[in-house]
Amino acid sequence: MAELFQFELVSPEHQLLSAHVAEVIVPGTEGEFGVLKDHAPVVSTINPGILKVRNDDGAWAEYFVRGGFAEVSSGVLSVLAEQAVPVSEISRDQLDLAIRNAEEDAADAKDDLARQKAEMTLSQLRDVVDALKTA
Amino acid sequence: MPSLKDLRNRIASVKATQKITKAMQMVAAAKLRRAQEAAEAARPYAERMEAVLANLAVAFEGRDDAPKLMSGTGNDQVHLLVVATAERGLCGGFNSNIAKLARERARSLIAQGKTVKIICVGKKGYDALKREFGQLVIKTIDLRSVKNVAFSNADEIGREVLAMYENGEFDVCTLYYSTFKSVIAQEPTSQQLIPAQFDTGKAEADEGAGAVYEYEPDEGEILADLLPRNISVQIFRALLENAASEQGARMSAMDNATRNAGEMIDKLTITYNRQRQAQITTELIEIISGAEAL
Repeated sequence: MAELFQFELVSPEHQLLSAHVAEVIVPGTEGEFGVLKDHAPVVSTINPGILKVRNDDGAWAEYFVRGGFAEVSSGVLSVLAEQAVPVSEISRDQLDLAIRNAEEDAADAKDDLARQKAEMTLSQLRDVVDALKTA
Repeated sequence: MPSLKDLRNRIASVKATQKITKAMQMVAAAKLRRAQEAAEAARPYAERMEAVLANLAVAFEGRDDAPKLMSGTGNDQVHLLVVATAERGLCGGFNSNIAKLARERARSLIAQGKTVKIICVGKKGYDALKREFGQLVIKTIDLRSVKNVAFSNADEIGREVLAMYENGEFDVCTLYYSTFKSVIAQEPTSQQLIPAQFDTGKAEADEGAGAVYEYEPDEGEILADLLPRNISVQIFRALLENAASEQGARMSAMDNATRNAGEMIDKLTITYNRQRQAQITTELIEIISGAEAL
């Protein structure tokens, strides 16, 4: 039995999840990272992607998250995402909308840095779509 | 002196009004509960955000490479006031209190020779401000079609403000809204959005300064990523507070109106009865004196 720790997934509109879980895999900006009990304090921004949560019974739950950050402090992991939806509830339309927005951002970008950023978001979103298709 | 028929009509019309205000009060009460829940659900996000940002802000205090959103443009010549009000009236002093606060600020800024620009969120604020500051209102945002405020609404406003800031269209941005204290108390509030201000003293106190975070990527990048998001989050929180305050204000205003209508009905009924009696007395006297004359 894995040791449990407190995990909170919060979106601006409401708190999606607040539970004791065994493991969380967060799509961080500098790569995915897993969080177990007694993780060192860390703050990381997140990429659009799939956040995986392993519950007490070993079952995985998946959430689509976009924009925000993850914070581990005093043994509690909180993920604050601008958008957070359970994968089972996410619709193709929402993703398509996000992709369209990202495409517009890329087209409207004023300088190279902004364009690069927008294109990165776009490619990450496409990865998510691919991942969902295969799942 | 109004005739009996006039009085009857008045009573009937006041009763109809009372029914409407009573219904509005109950609708506001139901909506208030929902708005309050939404405001409470949004609180953890805003609080966490603030805590993390305050932590980061401590590290960047006074440094030259602090992001522009935090340090400001080094100027305070052009002020942007974002005035968030309701779309509908009949809610007591709610809209006018917010507008009043914003108006006073705008007046004092203009007196100091600063330039003022105004964005109105909600139609009622625009109505209240357009006479004095009509030309200064650069944009009005209509949320009439929005039933429950979603984060995307706030995000849109946030992006707009950010785009203006990046184009150097203003130096300081202040948000005006009403804080929900209780059903009977709403407090018009002003909050400075840009440059961002944090209660850094508090952050140091409750983290015990013991938590040394690893930052991934580094502090600067995280701060640059989070500050723009924070603008939207703050606007979102303000809109939710506003929604709850509006319903609270409407509820107490309509409660007053219902009570007032009740008093009015009582008074009119007394007048009506008195006059009816007077009329009966007059008629009796006429009959009696007629009979006596025979």
